[in-house]
Amino acid sequence: MTMPILSLQKISKRFGAVVVADGIDLTLGEGEALGVIGPNGAGKTTLFGIITGTVAPDSGRVLFAGEDVTRAAPERRCRMGIARSFQIPQPFGGMTVFENLVVAAAFGGGKRERDVYPRCAELLDQCGLADKANRRAGSLALLDRKRLELARALATEPRVLLLDEVAGGLIEHETAALVALVKDVRARGVSIIWIEHIVHALIAAVDRLVVLHGGALIAEGLPAEVIRRPQVAEIYMGIEADA
Amino acid sequence: MTVRVEHSNPSSRVGVVIVAVAFVLLAAAPWWAERASLRLLAEIYAYVALASLWNLLAGYAGLVSVGQQAYVGLGAYLLFALAMLAGIHPLVAIPIAGFTAAVISIPVAALMFRLRGHYFAIGSWVMAEVFRLLASQVSALDGGSGTSLPAAVVLSIASSRQMREFVIYWIALAQAVAILGAIVWLLRSRYGLALTAIRDNELGARSNGIDVARIKYVVYVAVAFGTAMVGALIFLQKIRISPDTAFSVNDWTAFVIFITVIGGIGRIEGPIVGTVVFFLLRQTLADLGAIYLLILGAVAIVVMLKAPKGIWGLIADRFGWQVFPLERRLVMGDR
Repeated sequence: MTMPILSLQKISKRFGAVVVADGIDLTLGEGEALGVIGPNGAGKTTLFGIITGTVAPDSGRVLFAGEDVTRAAPERRCRMGIARSFQIPQPFGGMTVFENLVVAAAFGGGKRERDVYPRCAELLDQCGLADKANRRAGSLALLDRKRLELARALATEPRVLLLDEVAGGLIEHETAALVALVKDVRARGVSIIWIEHIVHALIAAVDRLVVLHGGALIAEGLPAEVIRRPQVAEIYMGIEADA
Repeated sequence: MTVRVEHSNPSSRVGVVIVAVAFVLLAAAPWWAERASLRLLAEIYAYVALASLWNLLAGYAGLVSVGQQAYVGLGAYLLFALAMLAGIHPLVAIPIAGFTAAVISIPVAALMFRLRGHYFAIGSWVMAEVFRLLASQVSALDGGSGTSLPAAVVLSIASSRQMREFVIYWIALAQAVAILGAIVWLLRSRYGLALTAIRDNELGARSNGIDVARIKYVVYVAVAFGTAMVGALIFLQKIRISPDTAFSVNDWTAFVIFITVIGGIGRIEGPIVGTVVFFLLRQTLADLGAIYLLILGAVAIVVMLKAPKGIWGLIADRFGWQVFPLERRLVMGDR
């Protein structure tokens, strides 16, 4: 594996009696795309919270580009290059779609406002939001909100991109377009962690797959191989059943 | 692909003209309005300013303070102290009072920001009460019973009574326009982007690189600066001050919240619309005594239930109007 850009060391977190992270060790190589699957409540989204700084772990360390960021504020981690799309979209509802991207690019990307306009317009185009650029983000339907999550995360010019269920609800050719977009982002050197229930989309885009269950990593390896393991297949079937 | 960003739209082009015409008419009010109307207009300007500042604090930065009377009273008392005890010209004392209040607000904010949400709201009220009690201990300004500006200080504004009223009227107008102008300028700047993002979604704002805590701090201090100057001018016009009037939670916070909420919180036009509605209600219903307050309460409840974004929020959502050119509209060519 290449040099890690992000590593989690013995991360533990519990909410009351519920263990959502149980001594997780995980590294992400520079330029790598890592997929995460697991049933609901496995601790996937909490893991993103711990990486981005919105959730403080009880113990363990988060290292980004060799620096300990365990105690760093979310805004600082974003400016350092960790961007995230939320599973439940968190748009700036009263602002336009374009303004949403300008905020992310100007603050997350640390640039002057007028310098980010062309890049934001380009991202709107890539993410299929060009015709809705001047619509209020709060008026978007769910699917467009998810597109906006992705576009806004990309606008911060991240080194590590965390995607939380961005494919849910997409139809077949949209999923293919999303996979192509993710591959394109990766080809530009961005490292990716992608949580997804749409497993075939995930397998098409990632180099490595981990399975999270009860706050612990129970499987890890090449996507096609991991998904065939009996233990994983059981969980995966479980997901399909309640999805 | 050419990319251009426009701030104005047809409604804001009309809006700016209306605002400019209104400003010219209002600046000329001493030539067409009688004395009582001038006093009423000056009071309206003070409320537009106070509500706009509270809107910036609560509507944008999410700092729901019910203790802004702390800074109204602080500014007023600083003005009286500077004019009476230090012999500073009252009009010069206004900005000094604002600046001093801003400096005082820095440690106050450090303390207040340890509290969140409801606790912040209650804490801000407690802080204002502390300020009121401190003011009532200042024996040089006659403590709890209050004091009046001496004739010499009042005369220093202008020698004739009429000219004095004109000067105070113009300063009240200039102050409200300056505060509104500063807020428009702020919202169009990079910090306006951040503030609007914070208004809409704090979690989203932090996750996109905005230092929310720092921006809240700056807004709190800036709002204290403006609020104290407004307070100083209000009591310069009243000439008389006492701790109970200067730190009144009803006059300087409850009415201000009413104005902002019915007008439209989190929109720059909201406090202006709200102030007009508030004064219309007050001027037509003032004779009804306590029933007037009941009606105000009923209006607030109806607006909150039927139009939670306030009157201007309803209009803006329906017609897409903006009076001030604030939006960033993307115009893409060659597509």
